[in-house]
Amino acid sequence: MDFTFNQDQQMFTETLAALLAAELPADRIRQRWQSDSGIDAALAAQLVELGLPAMLVPEALGGLGLDATDFIQLAECCGRFALPEPAVEGALVAAPLLVDIIHGNPSAAPRLTALLEELMAGEAAVAVGHHLNPYVNFAGQADWFLLGHGNAVHLLPASEVAITAVKSVDPSRRLGELAWRPSAATLVADAELGAACWRATLNRGALGNAAQLLGLADAMVKQAVAYSADRQQFGKPIGVNQAVKHLLADCAVQIEFARAPVYRAAYTVAQAATRADWAVSHAKVVAGEAAQLAARNSIQVFGAMGYTWECDLQIWAKRGWVLDREWGDAGFHKNRVHEWLVQPNALIGPEYTFGRGDQPHAR
Amino acid sequence: MELVYTAKQNQFRAEVREWMNANVPATPLQSFDCKEGFEQHIAWEKTLAAGNWGMVTWPEAYGGRNCSLVEWLIFEEEYYRADAPLRVNQNGIFLLGPTLMEYATDAQKARFLTKMAAGEEMWAQAWSEPGAGSDMAAIRCKAEPEGDEFVINGQKIWSTRAVFADYAFGLFRTDPQSQRHHGLSFILVPLNAPGVTVRPIAQLDGMAGFAEIFFDDVRVNRDHLIGAEGEGWKIAMATAGFERGLMLRSPARFQNTSKRLVELYRRHRSDLLDASLEDAVVRCYMDVESYALATYQTASRLDRGGSIGAESSCNKIFWSELDIRMHQTAMSILGARAEVEPHSEAQQQQLGRWLDGFLFSQSGPIYAGSNEIQRNIIAERMLGMPRR
Repeated sequence: MDFTFNQDQQMFTETLAALLAAELPADRIRQRWQSDSGIDAALAAQLVELGLPAMLVPEALGGLGLDATDFIQLAECCGRFALPEPAVEGALVAAPLLVDIIHGNPSAAPRLTALLEELMAGEAAVAVGHHLNPYVNFAGQADWFLLGHGNAVHLLPASEVAITAVKSVDPSRRLGELAWRPSAATLVADAELGAACWRATLNRGALGNAAQLLGLADAMVKQAVAYSADRQQFGKPIGVNQAVKHLLADCAVQIEFARAPVYRAAYTVAQAATRADWAVSHAKVVAGEAAQLAARNSIQVFGAMGYTWECDLQIWAKRGWVLDREWGDAGFHKNRVHEWLVQPNALIGPEYTFGRGDQPHAR
Repeated sequence: MELVYTAKQNQFRAEVREWMNANVPATPLQSFDCKEGFEQHIAWEKTLAAGNWGMVTWPEAYGGRNCSLVEWLIFEEEYYRADAPLRVNQNGIFLLGPTLMEYATDAQKARFLTKMAAGEEMWAQAWSEPGAGSDMAAIRCKAEPEGDEFVINGQKIWSTRAVFADYAFGLFRTDPQSQRHHGLSFILVPLNAPGVTVRPIAQLDGMAGFAEIFFDDVRVNRDHLIGAEGEGWKIAMATAGFERGLMLRSPARFQNTSKRLVELYRRHRSDLLDASLEDAVVRCYMDVESYALATYQTASRLDRGGSIGAESSCNKIFWSELDIRMHQTAMSILGARAEVEPHSEAQQQQLGRWLDGFLFSQSGPIYAGSNEIQRNIIAERMLGMPRR
């Protein structure tokens, strides 16, 4: 039993944090809002150079052969800096979905392996359309789409997908509504393989959002703490007031207890993917709640300033609002936990924190 | 990260389970806040000690097993799984014990820890005074040095377990000229010493779970002083850290409650009219699991030489408010039946111990430093918000 991250994992996270701290100040995020693509090609290239899109790809397929446990703090870090580029989805959703199909469908493997290599090299962007998400982020920048039709998975080039741009409340996001036609030529995973692929994809998507929500929540509280020390009223910083302190202490408590479930969910996805549903749902709900509270209370601490376009807090708050609803909202995920809890044979109780204890998370 | 138990840990669990199955009393003991119940619980502590299960994390020299914190969590899980009696000596083993381990002399450790683990001496705490609750630095109770002794005069209040306990530990003002947190010392006091008067105070459930203690020229030998004279505040803060954090409220206790809550909900869900109860049960379950996972994370870090800080204040807020929510949810599921104390076997089956637990849960956000004080600590020490 070891619930700590190793040195390699810590160092990878520190490297990414240093890169984002240097390359992603808030004004650079605002610059993206003025651009057509919404993406900073230079930073995207640096993330590829760091190996992000190749992280979860097995070494046999040219990747780094790491897993969701290795990646989870990187996803958290992307949230902390409110990274607009869809790096988490590329690494944790698109690439592993390609890998799953390559393993499950030998006839499509050569084509998909080539695409996977382009994805890892930063030469192709692959967007994933899951039926739970009505829109696809950065659809306009994608070269390829992996889309669901029933349980089947189809692969389409951008030229065969009609995209209607939709404006998100979060200006860093570039959503698109898709229209497309499935055919025998586009099918890469039939319903049986596809069902397993989509289930795993949903868990990886929700896990990526949960980690980003943690990072977003943490960053919002830090901004509010700094503001509470600066802003003076009645001749003192507003942060000396208990009414203000307790708003942010409540956020700290929620964040503190959302972290371990997110890391456990990552471990479960990595080690026992078919048993990861409830662990992921637990993580997504608690991280989502932490981010909602952090957004609400941080805006309150900033006062009228918090309600302005000028205040950078909006970058984090809006991302928190939208990521909480994407890849299954709180209702969807609580319902998954509930369905499991009402089963008479569900293993619950003090001795089952980690399932049966002899193999990862057997319940 | 490796979230599976080692073979050794699984074997340890099996050993604890086997012992608990063979030794946990079949019928629940009476409350330890009455004389008979207190005696029953002491007998249980002695049974535990005989099996060497008194305090598994302690060194073998003091009756422990030198277990890691992860093993301690496993022990606790099996303890609550077996529905073993609550620890009547929790003030001693979970709060004073770790303090002595860090600050006491070898002679003091040998004298007090051994008897604690053996279940031979029961401990009460003596922090609060009528004028010093949340503001503990306002302590006035004096312990004036006189030769080899301290002469104690004053009053303590809300002293948990003091009604039947053998000893109390607490902070006393050893420098009469001192102010606030200076000049305080951490002293152990035998409650049968001449000049000690203990007056029981009935709690919300009508039982005398705490007491007032009056000291009238009570003489205590210097060898009952823990740490240096005047260093009491620092030592007391460490003790409070144990209480808020890891030791006092292991997750297993709450996992047991949430399991009972889920079982209660399964039995009643078809006739619940309040749709919010489904959400409440799911959230309680998830929050308890979050607490367990976070505790494993901390234990894992500490076992590898890490340290615990102001985040222990987060623990205290989280478990105390969660405990209230769980009991409120159960009371709502039981509806109008919830107010009744079970008076038959059938009713006991139906109502369980939710009413008792509900009453006790009300104290959680108050004791061990009120949750408002904890929020100040989190804001100032963990987040770095301005003090004034």
